[in-house]
Amino acid sequence: MPSITFIHHDDRAETVSANDGDSAMYTALLHGIDGITGECGGGAVCATCHVYVDGNWLGKVGAVGADEDELLEGVASERLPNSRLSCQIRITEALNGLVLRLPERQV
Amino acid sequence: MVATVTTAPPHTTQVLSFGSPMPNGAGPQPVVHLDVDPFAMDFFADPHPTHQVLREAGPVVYLDKWNVYAVARYAEVHAVLNDPATFCSSRGVGLSDFAKEKPWRPPSLILEADPPAHTRTRAVLNKVLSPAVMKQLRAGFAAAADAKVDELLERGSFDAIADLAEAYPLSVFPDAVGLQQEGRENLLPYAGLVFNAFGPPNKLRQDAIERSAPHQAYVQSQCQRENLAPGGFGACIHARVDTGDITADEAPLLVRSLLSAGLDTTVNGIGAAVYCLARYPQEFARLRSDLSLARNAFEEAVRYESPVQTFFRTTTRDVEISGCRVGEGEKVLMFLAAANRDPRRWVDPQRYDVTRKTSGHVGFGSGIHMCVGQLVARLEGEVMLSALARKVAAIEITGEVKRRYNNTLRGLESLPVSFTPA
Repeated sequence: MPSITFIHHDDRAETVSANDGDSAMYTALLHGIDGITGECGGGAVCATCHVYVDGNWLGKVGAVGADEDELLEGVASERLPNSRLSCQIRITEALNGLVLRLPERQV
Repeated sequence: MVATVTTAPPHTTQVLSFGSPMPNGAGPQPVVHLDVDPFAMDFFADPHPTHQVLREAGPVVYLDKWNVYAVARYAEVHAVLNDPATFCSSRGVGLSDFAKEKPWRPPSLILEADPPAHTRTRAVLNKVLSPAVMKQLRAGFAAAADAKVDELLERGSFDAIADLAEAYPLSVFPDAVGLQQEGRENLLPYAGLVFNAFGPPNKLRQDAIERSAPHQAYVQSQCQRENLAPGGFGACIHARVDTGDITADEAPLLVRSLLSAGLDTTVNGIGAAVYCLARYPQEFARLRSDLSLARNAFEEAVRYESPVQTFFRTTTRDVEISGCRVGEGEKVLMFLAAANRDPRRWVDPQRYDVTRKTSGHVGFGSGIHMCVGQLVARLEGEVMLSALARKVAAIEITGEVKRRYNNTLRGLESLPVSFTPA
């Protein structure tokens, strides 16, 4: 079971285990990670599951899709080069140890 | 940095299966038949006890009154919503099966469509109603909410449905779409008609359709490109004709979707939220002490009251839902409102809790057809609840609360209240 570490805006870290194939957003919601809102439940509509992917992992989480790119223009906190929507990051064994930083706000 | 480690995610069981025997070797489970009419006036008056009966009778039930299968538990409703290949929308999302009956109006290109056709039209509306667009609208919508609450504080006592839940969306949404000033009085009757028409051929539906001609004529005209102001949602949809994403024939029908589902839903959502805050003053106090809860307080009202109570799908193949066999070509009624209060999914579901983790509720649906205007609804709801929390100390119900009856929408006709200024 891959593990993901979410680092909150105040540097608090929470490490949780994920089901292979779930999205990072879904994993966060299952574990009640504050800081991921996920208003649309993973439908790629709302841009409230924004994360900053840790530099070491940026090459491994796949590319930003065209729809996601447009949604990222609407995120509430600053969009950075490592910004992603966590509903679009599919967890696999290759992502075991993934580190995602949470923005100050989602809305 | 403080690290905490939590346990493995809860196990999610598979709800749907196809053609293969159950893992435990058991045959299909019997489907309980119920003598329940979920489109009757006495049901609308208080649906919650019957929702409980529907949930507890089994994962799937059969309603003899209208010859439909129904699901009322969260897991089954969620599963049906998230398998559009098996549970299609192109045969209508009301009781009427478009494969057998002529639809009362030309079908929606997005609501009553399946992939791949749906994928293209949905992408257009997603872009027109995107988070980036909401950022541009926010300041104006918030200012209008503040002004509305100031005006109502001046009056002191008023009807929170007509004067707030209807008046506020009417003050921002038609302008955002770019509608002409004249004819707007058709908007709520047209939406009421659309949502009544998803129901069975009862009096509510028949009466609405009989009276529909002027409202339909207005909407058809208002959806044309020349009647939509530049910069609005409507003009943005028509602009997608120029980029080749949709045809000139499709654009008016996509604008129609905004007029069908963009106003009455938010009216009932905001009405539900105000009704919750009026009934549960402790929750209003929590909201007032933490304004960042405004958006969630609205979301929780959508879960709690579920302004859109039901939708149907039609099966495209034989399927077993939690072991209950449903054949091809069957209508399946989803009780969104019952799923949103299923104790299997929600802790203390009968409680309105402004701090609840609401993600996953199906008040806006779920999956590919999940409300395309959800961001507009949340924006309206959030800025209105924020204005109330900042400016109003107490909301008191001062007269008889009257329910409005619709085959799909749940909301009030009248909610007399008084505001005490903060």
